[in-house]
Amino acid sequence: MQQQQGNRFFFNVDWITVLIYIALCAIGFINIYASVPPEQTAVFGFGTLYGKQLIYIITGLILGLSILLFDGRLFNVFSPFIYGGTLLLLMAVLVIGNKVAGNQAWIAIGSFKLQPAEFAKFGTALLLARYVGAFNPKFRDIKSIMIAGLIVAAPLLLIMLQPDTGSALVFLAFMFPLYREGLSGYFLLIFLGMIVLFIADFLVPTYILVIIITTIAGLFIYNNRRKQKIIFSTVLVTIFAIGYLFLIKVAYEKVLAPHQRSRIELMLGLKTDNKGAGYNVIQSQIAIGSGQGMGRGFLQGTQTKYGYVPEQSTDFIFSTIGEEWGFMGCSVVIGLYMFLLLRLVNLAERQRSTFSRVYGYSVACILFFHIFINIGMTIGIIPVIGIPLPLISYGGSSLWSFTILLFIFLKLDSNRMGFI
Amino acid sequence: MDQLFNRKYIVQGLFIVIALILLGKLFYIQIISDAAFVSAESNVLRKIYKYPARGAILDRNMKVIVQNEPVYDLMVTPNEVKPFDTLALAQALDISFEDVRKNLKKARGKSSYQATPFLKQISVQSYARLQEKLYRFPGFRTQDRTIRHYPDSVGGQLFGYVKEVSPVDIEKSEGFYKPGDYKGKSGLEFSYEETLRGEKGVINTVYDAHNTPQGSYADGKYDVNAVSGERLISGIDMRIQKLGEELMTNKVGAIVAIEPASGEILSLVSSPGYDPNLLVGRNQGNNYMQFIVGNPYRPSLVRPIQGYYPPGSSFKPVDALIGLQEGVIDPNTTFFCPGYYMAGNHPVKCEHVDGSISMRRGIARSCNTYFCHVFQKLITKNGMKNQKQTYQEWRDKVAKFGFGSKLDIDMPYERKGYFYTADHYDKIYGKRWGYTNVISQAIGQGEITATPLQMANAMAIIANRGYYIKPHLIKGIGDKNLVKKEYVVKNYVGVDAKYFEPVIDGMQDAVNTSWGTATLSRIPDVILCGKTGTVQNPHGKNHSVFIGFAPRDNPKIAIAVIVENAGYGSTYAAPIASYMIEKYLKGSVSGGRAAQVDWMKNQNLLPLLIDKTKKIKLTKADSLLLKKTDSTKRIKDSLRIKSATIKQTVTTKPKELKSAIDKPVIQK
Repeated sequence: MQQQQGNRFFFNVDWITVLIYIALCAIGFINIYASVPPEQTAVFGFGTLYGKQLIYIITGLILGLSILLFDGRLFNVFSPFIYGGTLLLLMAVLVIGNKVAGNQAWIAIGSFKLQPAEFAKFGTALLLARYVGAFNPKFRDIKSIMIAGLIVAAPLLLIMLQPDTGSALVFLAFMFPLYREGLSGYFLLIFLGMIVLFIADFLVPTYILVIIITTIAGLFIYNNRRKQKIIFSTVLVTIFAIGYLFLIKVAYEKVLAPHQRSRIELMLGLKTDNKGAGYNVIQSQIAIGSGQGMGRGFLQGTQTKYGYVPEQSTDFIFSTIGEEWGFMGCSVVIGLYMFLLLRLVNLAERQRSTFSRVYGYSVACILFFHIFINIGMTIGIIPVIGIPLPLISYGGSSLWSFTILLFIFLKLDSNRMGFI
Repeated sequence: MDQLFNRKYIVQGLFIVIALILLGKLFYIQIISDAAFVSAESNVLRKIYKYPARGAILDRNMKVIVQNEPVYDLMVTPNEVKPFDTLALAQALDISFEDVRKNLKKARGKSSYQATPFLKQISVQSYARLQEKLYRFPGFRTQDRTIRHYPDSVGGQLFGYVKEVSPVDIEKSEGFYKPGDYKGKSGLEFSYEETLRGEKGVINTVYDAHNTPQGSYADGKYDVNAVSGERLISGIDMRIQKLGEELMTNKVGAIVAIEPASGEILSLVSSPGYDPNLLVGRNQGNNYMQFIVGNPYRPSLVRPIQGYYPPGSSFKPVDALIGLQEGVIDPNTTFFCPGYYMAGNHPVKCEHVDGSISMRRGIARSCNTYFCHVFQKLITKNGMKNQKQTYQEWRDKVAKFGFGSKLDIDMPYERKGYFYTADHYDKIYGKRWGYTNVISQAIGQGEITATPLQMANAMAIIANRGYYIKPHLIKGIGDKNLVKKEYVVKNYVGVDAKYFEPVIDGMQDAVNTSWGTATLSRIPDVILCGKTGTVQNPHGKNHSVFIGFAPRDNPKIAIAVIVENAGYGSTYAAPIASYMIEKYLKGSVSGGRAAQVDWMKNQNLLPLLIDKTKKIKLTKADSLLLKKTDSTKRIKDSLRIKSATIKQTVTTKPKELKSAIDKPVIQK
């Protein structure tokens, strides 16, 4: 296989993925350029948002290529330290962090602001991959599930304390790599069931849900009346489900902040609010919808140009794509992402080492969560959760952390024939 | 490990499903639904409308009879309003302190960032006062509008009025009209709305999220300049329109004058009328309630085209013409008049006993007997059996004169009058009926009713010797002076020209001989041909009717005058017609007749209002209330009433008029 070793560092790198990476960064730059008010686009400068983004992209690319210079084995070896380091940063941010919009998520270093939560993702991914790679647990026993859960839960809880619920939610993406490594599919079903029950609890009176659940459980038990084990677990699940229903009501009132509650209610269509919390989502949908089939054209989006969508260049960058490039542009962007995700999974599957495979799955699933939540939010099928669109949204921390996440995997992939 | 490998497909499948969900929703909001596109436009676009001036209307002498006056709407954009001196604004606008706050609150309720009307139709005087202070009230601006002005203050029903569009109008127009637009609601303003309204202009301005204007939308590509409405030239002669309305002061009725050769309407008076300027400006609503709805004589009824009157004796020339054309009589045919006509065993009375009477004299003296005989001959020409068929033939011939159907005048809500078909009589009488049952129609009474327009049109037909052009008010639209196609077509009535002269002879005699019925209405040097009518009215005094045309040769004007509850045709309707004609032909009413005009203007002939809560039926055909009774019996009854009122009329004859008359002979 290793016939040619013309370039030792860049040998066997999956350049297709790099091209997609560059394409997405370019799409991001173009749309950030379109999103700034017209008077700022007149002169090019590094003081503008798009000027800064260009710097982030160039430095990000340098960062990515320099990761390829490392020895892939280092990431395995140093994963506990990287994980520990990001945990320390997460703790530090709670003490010395800057409060921006109610979230204590940033550490300012000079004029540069660092968001540790972004970097915690690859730290966690590395350690999880190392754990699975080293011990090869099949997640049939409570112990291995607990350990994997702990690795994910520690950064998640620290991020919740900032509080940055959106970034914390992304850590649920680690369910999928674990599922791939043997975690029972019931965990995914239970997770899905919890989401369904959560939504249903708002739309349907609780007592009706209780009746429905017990009816289904009753029928299920009747069909399997000879199998004691199934009867026992069904009863257990039913009790948990009903308990969960009542817990939601309490937790919803006591735990969630008012703005989070109203975002959920808006998404479920339980209330409408054109001026307050609903403004973002409505304006974003108007902008995207007004793009129609082919879009209004580059720099022609009126909603974009005249500042109708808040957070236009960061979390709501997709509305610019939707308005100026229409359904065509949206399809291209989603298509590129899908191509990237499916390719990452395929790359992960061709790894010899479990470490690389678990890491590859983690990268794909973290990207997937970001893409789904962000685009879903801009078109109103998910409550407003402030997380960036990978590689496209404005912001250095986010771009760099995705770059690191991705290029570490590309490095691991290029070493797939070696030993890690 | 290998069976776990399959889980790759589950993960990848999940990615694809979610991607399809996202694309599905995008497809819906971007391609299927256009709600977002509309919202996006309304986000950034503010339209400022430029309202066009409505087209002016001129009369036949090119005098402006409907024009525009500038007014100003004060608009407010609530978001831009800063605290201001409420009292100063109230004073500048001449409204109360409370109104300022109320209007502002109302505007806020509509939209906080779109300009909405704060106070509409501010006069030029108030505007001048406001203009110098306007800088003190940020968020307020004025919007130019125009409203109608009618310099002569006459022709309320003729011109109609213009009003802000209602939600129903907006819906019906399928988006053409927008709230705040004006629209003609009746009369000419309604008929020619599409010509008069012009095209609204619009300036599209783009605003950003902070409501700061960002300049013109698409470089003004979609901006439109206002285009004024087109000018109309009407056939109305404002001099006689004005005279007519003055003559009809304190009288209920109608005048219609037509130029026979062209069908152009010279005058269309509906009395009681009102000053059209009342229905302009901010007091429109109040004035409408007070002067239109509040008037018990119902000015909202446009009598010339909506009032139903039996034509009475004025119908007789039409009888004669059909009789001549059908050959049942010739100009020399005489009938014997013993003072009544026996329809079966019911006598139809005549006002006089003439013995043997010719057609010419029969018309001049309005002999009921003569025309009942003509009618009898027409209906029974095929024997006694086929009367139903011959009645229907007769009806069709009369209908050609314009009775019983609309004449398509260019005014809204014209009505067609009652004129029953044979089938209809079948319903009333069963199968067994004959000319005796419907004999009253021979003398224009009973079931037949006509609008004053139809009566005047019948005169135009006689004046033209056999045809008419559909009467119309507007003879020239726009700069090219276009006229609607249907208003140049000659409609022939199926009576040969030669039969008209003998009938016109009789009509000439009615005015110009000592034995005529309208001898008081001779016009010096002009041969007026006419026919009086005294129409029975079961609700009160008879209606006074006159129809006629002048001059006899090459007629210039055909006219119908109806004065309700005024008694004889010769006392009020005929003189009024003669003044109108003289004014039109000669430019003024001459000599002693000028004094008569003033006397006529001062006559108060308004019927007494017995019960204010009960609506007066001014238009309903008398006979309709009595459908089932024999029409001849009714005529007999009413003729008795008529003879009783003769004396009364003679005794109350005013001195002024008497002195002005050479031969004070009152004849019918």
